[in-house]
Amino acid sequence: MASLIAKSPCAGMAPISVGDAALREVDPGVITSLSPLAGGDVGALKAAHGMAFPAPGRASGKAGARAVWSGRGQAFLIGPAPDAALKAHFAMTDQSDGWAVLGLEGTAAREVLARLCPLDLRPDRFKRGHTARTLIGHMTGSVTRVGADSFDLMVFRSMAQTAVHEIEEAMKSVAARG
Amino acid sequence: MRIPCPLCGDRDHREFTYKGAAVALDRPGNSDWSDDWDSYIHLRDNPAGDTDEMWWHGAGCGGWLVVTRNTVTHEVKAARMAADVKGAGA
Repeated sequence: MASLIAKSPCAGMAPISVGDAALREVDPGVITSLSPLAGGDVGALKAAHGMAFPAPGRASGKAGARAVWSGRGQAFLIGPAPDAALKAHFAMTDQSDGWAVLGLEGTAAREVLARLCPLDLRPDRFKRGHTARTLIGHMTGSVTRVGADSFDLMVFRSMAQTAVHEIEEAMKSVAARG
Repeated sequence: MRIPCPLCGDRDHREFTYKGAAVALDRPGNSDWSDDWDSYIHLRDNPAGDTDEMWWHGAGCGGWLVVTRNTVTHEVKAARMAADVKGAGA
C-alpha cells in the first residue's frame, strides 16, 4: 500500500503579508454540513457541541468549534467531528476535504475584502459573528467576521490557488495606495 | 441593482441568476396537453410595470426568489422565498 502524503489546500501558498494585511491558511479540522431534517430539533447541536444552530447570516461558537450558516437550510459544523446524537436531527455530509479556509487579518483586511466581495463590510453592518455566502472575486465562498480586523474565508478546495492569488493581488493593490 | 434577499439582505445583482417570469410556480396540474400547458410553456406577458420574476441566489444562500420588479423604472419592490410563495398556494 502506497503511503500518501496529505497536503493542505494552500500548502506552499500562504502565509502572505502585504502592508497592513496578512493572509494565512487555517486548519479548520472537520467540516460537516448540517441540514435540519423535517421534524428534527436544531437544539440538538447546542446539546451536543455547545453552540446554537446559527440563524441565516450568523455564526456561533468560537475558534476551533464553530457553526457557520452556509446557505438556505444549512450550516457547517467546523472543528469537532459531529456527535452521533446529531444524526437523528440533521442530514450530515463530511466536507472536510472540500474547502480551503483562509484567515485574512490586519487593519487593511476590510479594505482588501471590499475589493473582492460585494458586501457591506462596515463594522456596524457586518459584525463579529456575522457570516455571508457571497462572491470572493469570481468564486463563490463564505466570509465570516471572527474579529474586529479578522475574517475567515472559505472557497472550494479546487479554487485555493486562484483565491490566494486574487487576495494577494487585492492586498498589493490596497498597500500600493498607502 | 440590488435585490433584497429575505435570508441574506440587500445583495448585488451579480450574485443572482435570472430565470424568467414567475409562471414556473403555476405548473398545470394535469399531465395531458391543454391550453394551460400551451400557455405555461410558450406564452409570456410583456408588462410595462410591475412583474414577478424568478431569480436564483446562486452565489449566496442558494435559494430561489420571487422578485417583484418594475420594468419601466427598474425598481425592485420586493423579494420573497419562492418556497414560501409556493407554500402559500400562489
